[in-house]
Amino acid sequence: MRILVVDTATPAVTAAVAEVAESGVTLGPARITVNPRAHGELLSPAIQAALTEARIAPADLDAIVAGVGPGPYTGLRVGLVTATALGQALGVPTYGVCSLDGIGAAASAPGRLLAATDARRREIYWRVYDDGAPVTEPAVDQPAEVARQLPQLGVARAAGDGALRYAEQLGVPVADEPRFPDAATLVRAACDRILSHAPSEPLTPLYLRRPDVATPGARKPVLR
Amino acid sequence: MNDQALVLGIETSCDETGIGVVRGSELLADAIASSVDAHSRYGGVVPEVASRAHLEAMAPTVRRALDTAGVALKEIDAIAVTAGPGLAGALLVGVAAAKAYALAADKPLYGVNHLAAHVAVDRLEHGPLPEPALALLVSGGHSSLLLIDDLARGVRPLGATIDDAAGEAFDKVARLLGLPFPGGPPIDREARAGDPGAINFPRGLTSPRDLARHRFDFSFSGLKTAVARWVEARERAGEPVPVADVAASFQEAVCDVLVRKALDACSEHGVDTLLIGGGVAANSRLRSMAEQRCAKAGVRLRAPRPKLCTDNGAMVAALGAHLVEAGVSASTLEIPADSALPVTTVSLHAGL
Repeated sequence: MRILVVDTATPAVTAAVAEVAESGVTLGPARITVNPRAHGELLSPAIQAALTEARIAPADLDAIVAGVGPGPYTGLRVGLVTATALGQALGVPTYGVCSLDGIGAAASAPGRLLAATDARRREIYWRVYDDGAPVTEPAVDQPAEVARQLPQLGVARAAGDGALRYAEQLGVPVADEPRFPDAATLVRAACDRILSHAPSEPLTPLYLRRPDVATPGARKPVLR
Repeated sequence: MNDQALVLGIETSCDETGIGVVRGSELLADAIASSVDAHSRYGGVVPEVASRAHLEAMAPTVRRALDTAGVALKEIDAIAVTAGPGLAGALLVGVAAAKAYALAADKPLYGVNHLAAHVAVDRLEHGPLPEPALALLVSGGHSSLLLIDDLARGVRPLGATIDDAAGEAFDKVARLLGLPFPGGPPIDREARAGDPGAINFPRGLTSPRDLARHRFDFSFSGLKTAVARWVEARERAGEPVPVADVAASFQEAVCDVLVRKALDACSEHGVDTLLIGGGVAANSRLRSMAEQRCAKAGVRLRAPRPKLCTDNGAMVAALGAHLVEAGVSASTLEIPADSALPVTTVSLHAGL
């Protein structure tokens, strides 16, 4: 089955085509551009380029997989609304995958691993994996708070651009790769659903934070 | 077979997810999902709340519009989307969605200007706009006077607000009077029972000195403060605030300046068609005053029905159809959402 995978939860704007069969996932043409400020400009052309290189038309796709974050909201929404609209227009199912799984499940060595991406505002999005399977829920915290929890979680190493950025505070060795969600790994996380023709899912973003808003206070007097 | 362009329009520049379908000048669907209730307790539109709502509403609202129009996405000839101006994060949801629909259906994409779309929507009600025409666009985010020589290729800004938008002034005065957000409809309602001449609120930028530099510009910040001072003085004196009179007098001051300057621009540029659009153009006093004064000045007034004045997707589709007819080239999939898109840029296309 022919799958399009997109992820915009990090500065890496990712679009790739993959072939999914009982035997496994084969990654086809991919376009990955690292730019935190141009998700909206880059994603659709990247999809188009990957499809063209794979010599398939959008209508040839059987399903769409999207990283649902957590990630900075504006960029994250670009990927999710794009995947949702493509799925709707093509009449194919969409499946959501936690973007951190694209890092945590991609790191190869055994044992417990922290996957972390940059959440801006001096925080990281993070999740802990054991042999590639998640053992905590995705969360957003300051690196120092995550570092405090790592010993009790039995984590001895980390991966992801958020971990690289705050390696010193986290106090565990950080792998150079993967820095960003790996496309083939994201597809693998949705493999069972794809092969079993599971119903399409709404792509609900993992924001993990409430919008910054304040209810207005009392009126300021204008008369002295 | 109909040879007029069938266009899907997507609007997400503020708090309305608007999806419209038009065929040429014929309105087929105008579906709206609004997040206004989520913003009302904050007294204004919260950008992140609006963006989140756009993402949730996009696919269902597109579905609803296509179903209402009785067309399939693959029958659509072109996709038009508001590329700006507006809230950056909100615009981006619409632009990204439009690209995906265009890519999936292999149809041309038109990234268009929100203000030009407010002008174009009138073709759905009154047919093609005679050019040149003057447009008065007033909403919560904009207050502009535009000279329309050629809606497909260029719009000339004559003036704009130098501080608050007209709709913003309605919101702030409504809050002052204990009326809900958005302030336009409740002030309009209250004003009907009030005396528009009860209080003589200031008309911004109308003194001879101001007119020399800002003949076609607007200012509503001073008016808002004047209303606040008047209300506060009443409260301090322990007297009740006559809400209906304040609403009517405030509304009269806003409408008076808007219509006066719009007609002055018509006469200065020898234009005999005035179009009003934007959310404030749904105000009943602005409509009746514009009608009376236009009739007196020999200017034809074009006022789309209120539902087409507030933000919607049909206006974007209408501008898209106009661009297709005018042979303007389509946008590429690379176009950005531009929160500060100048009004002189009607659409984003190759060469821009």
